[in-house]
Amino acid sequence: MNSSEPGSQGAWWRGARAALRRAAAVVRLLRTLSGDDAYERYRAHHEQAHPGAAALTRRAFYEDAQRRKWSGVSRCC
Amino acid sequence: MPRKLIAAVLAILGAVAVGAIALHRHEPINALWILTAAVCTYLLGLRFYGAWIAAQVLTVDATRATPAERLNNGRDFVPTHRAIVFGHHFAAIAGPGPLVGPTLAAQFGYLPGTLWILVGAVLGGCVQDMTILLLSIRRDGRSLGRMAHDELGPFGGFAALIGTLLIMMILSAVLGLVIVNVMKHSPWATFTVLATIPAAALVGLYLRVWRPGRVLEGTLLGVVLMFLALVGGGWVDHNPGLRGLFDFSPLVLAGFVMAYGFCAAILPVWLLLAPRDYLSTFLKAGTVVLLAVALVLAHPQLRMPAVTQFIDGTGPLFAGKLFPFVFITIACGAVSGFHALVASGTTPKLISSEADVRLVGYGSMALESFVAIMALIAATLLDPGVFFAINAGAGVVGATPQAAVHTITSWGFPVTVEQMQTLSAAMGEQTLFARTGGAPSLAVGMASLFGSSFGRGMLALWYHFAIMFEAVFLMATLDAGTRVGRFMLQDLLGHLWAPLGRTSWYPSVLLASALLVGAWGYFLYIGVIDPNGGVNILWPLFGIANQMLAAIALAVASGIILKSRQARYALVTLLPLAWLALVTTTAAWQKVASPDVRLGLFAAAADLAGKLKSGTLAPARAAIAPQLIFNQRLDAWLTILFTAILWFVILAMIRVGVRRLRGLPLRHSSEAAYRMSLLAGATTRVSP
Repeated sequence: MNSSEPGSQGAWWRGARAALRRAAAVVRLLRTLSGDDAYERYRAHHEQAHPGAAALTRRAFYEDAQRRKWSGVSRCC
Repeated sequence: MPRKLIAAVLAILGAVAVGAIALHRHEPINALWILTAAVCTYLLGLRFYGAWIAAQVLTVDATRATPAERLNNGRDFVPTHRAIVFGHHFAAIAGPGPLVGPTLAAQFGYLPGTLWILVGAVLGGCVQDMTILLLSIRRDGRSLGRMAHDELGPFGGFAALIGTLLIMMILSAVLGLVIVNVMKHSPWATFTVLATIPAAALVGLYLRVWRPGRVLEGTLLGVVLMFLALVGGGWVDHNPGLRGLFDFSPLVLAGFVMAYGFCAAILPVWLLLAPRDYLSTFLKAGTVVLLAVALVLAHPQLRMPAVTQFIDGTGPLFAGKLFPFVFITIACGAVSGFHALVASGTTPKLISSEADVRLVGYGSMALESFVAIMALIAATLLDPGVFFAINAGAGVVGATPQAAVHTITSWGFPVTVEQMQTLSAAMGEQTLFARTGGAPSLAVGMASLFGSSFGRGMLALWYHFAIMFEAVFLMATLDAGTRVGRFMLQDLLGHLWAPLGRTSWYPSVLLASALLVGAWGYFLYIGVIDPNGGVNILWPLFGIANQMLAAIALAVASGIILKSRQARYALVTLLPLAWLALVTTTAAWQKVASPDVRLGLFAAAADLAGKLKSGTLAPARAAIAPQLIFNQRLDAWLTILFTAILWFVILAMIRVGVRRLRGLPLRHSSEAAYRMSLLAGATTRVSP
């Protein structure tokens, strides 16, 4: 691919942006899979379901989530 | 049309691979045939049997709102994309069982284990997981115990609770024993495994205090720390002044493991349990992918014969004939009752559409079973002589290396002391003889696989990487199991005296934790002092308990299906139930009643008692004999208890079926009423 040709630079640019978008999607997937974005999702839900009510802080939410997760069977043999 | 084409190609490819496995007898076979047969079997099972059960038996309805939608609270009930739920569910069900079980079952050869892992998963394990998941979704995400109570009667719930508690106890003991055998007199492994504990605590602090909830950052920090622990272990091992500090006897290590389990049960979860679990999940996912890539790159030949002479019951790893013990030993790789607890725990609260149960329930178990296939391959690609030298206890093959190689060679699996010494030196260990439990031989198999795929120079590093992976994995299950067991025990004790049931009251926390750790610690201690390696008794006991729990889950599912309008399809769960009941009862009967002292627990106790009385035991053996005798009798009674619980639940299920046939009144179904889903796409999405 020769970048001095008119138009090909645009194609290169579009390709790079598509790759970036794909990388961002992978990061989003990883964040959701690991629970990294759990607090943001909770805040979004909270603001919609109980507008105006005080939400948990980031730390309180994390502690609460861990307590709930490890009170039941969440790991197998 | 292309979907049909893909299915046809999979069917032909799978048939060719199975044909190749069938025809390659008495000559080495390439691992790729087994991998291909497995992948095709799972995909076809998911595409056809799984889809048929979902549509016809479970009447999955994509328009029906799930608890995640109806009870959405942004915390535990959250509608989640199916790929994410799949990841969570797989991470929760995947444990060390499918690594240890197939390795032990490799004493029968590669064929029996492979066949049961494939058939058992597709017709049993996957069906159980998917069915329980859907039944729990239809009941607001209720637990297996609660469903057993609601559908089969109060005794059903009680049986499920007691069964779960006992299985946790046996499981923790056997996992602890495997960890001890990995670390005994191995400074590298000991340092690396111990160093992962402060590493986890540091990550725990990071995730709670410094950067709350930034899980990806915390995991990254943990991965760096674990790499340091791995390399640091090698450095300690090469440092003559330091290596003595980390060279422990099995008994001391058993003490460490118990102390660790106790701490994990009483400390706040954010400090130890949660961060360790993030690291364990990361290691798990990474290693499964690494193993699959390495297997394809190296495509090794299996050196173990298809079937060994040990199918007659004389095997050195554990006693008992092919039937029923290959089924008991494989356990989690084919059917695992434990999965029913997860499938009726967190997962049903996340599912956004009933149509996802096929991928999440059936698919996760298929992947778990694939891990079991890979573990079986890693065990059977070793020289059989080496495999038996690592896995057979000193009480079976002899205490000295010379005696061990002589015994093993006399079975027709040649191995020499020099060969074992070269291997241990390459793996960075002093000795690999009698490291029972399956984990070390799996690590040797994985190290040789990774070595031949990604560079041979670092065998010792790969070996200890595999050891670290297994140990972190084992400890993650051990500490989570101990903690949940503590809650269950407190729940039970609360019936005796209410304050004991309060999970945050410290005296009760300490009491329940001490009772639980004491219970599994006792079995761990006996396993450590047992000259036959302990795993030979504990693993079959665990297998019986786990298959019993699976049978309870299938009985609950069958009871519900029998009550429903789909009763004519009840064979889908009744057949695996009948098979598991047959296998478990036969195994239990043999463990209790067999006159063979290697197999029968009462026979072994009587034999040892006789020898003790007549004074023919060596002094060291005589000193521990009373404890071994007591333990064998206790194990026999436990086995009887498991079988009794199993049959009570099956009878309760049969009662439901008979009442239904006679048209007598039944307990009302506890299914939640239908409500239309309002989630985007719910009504347009086709059922599978």
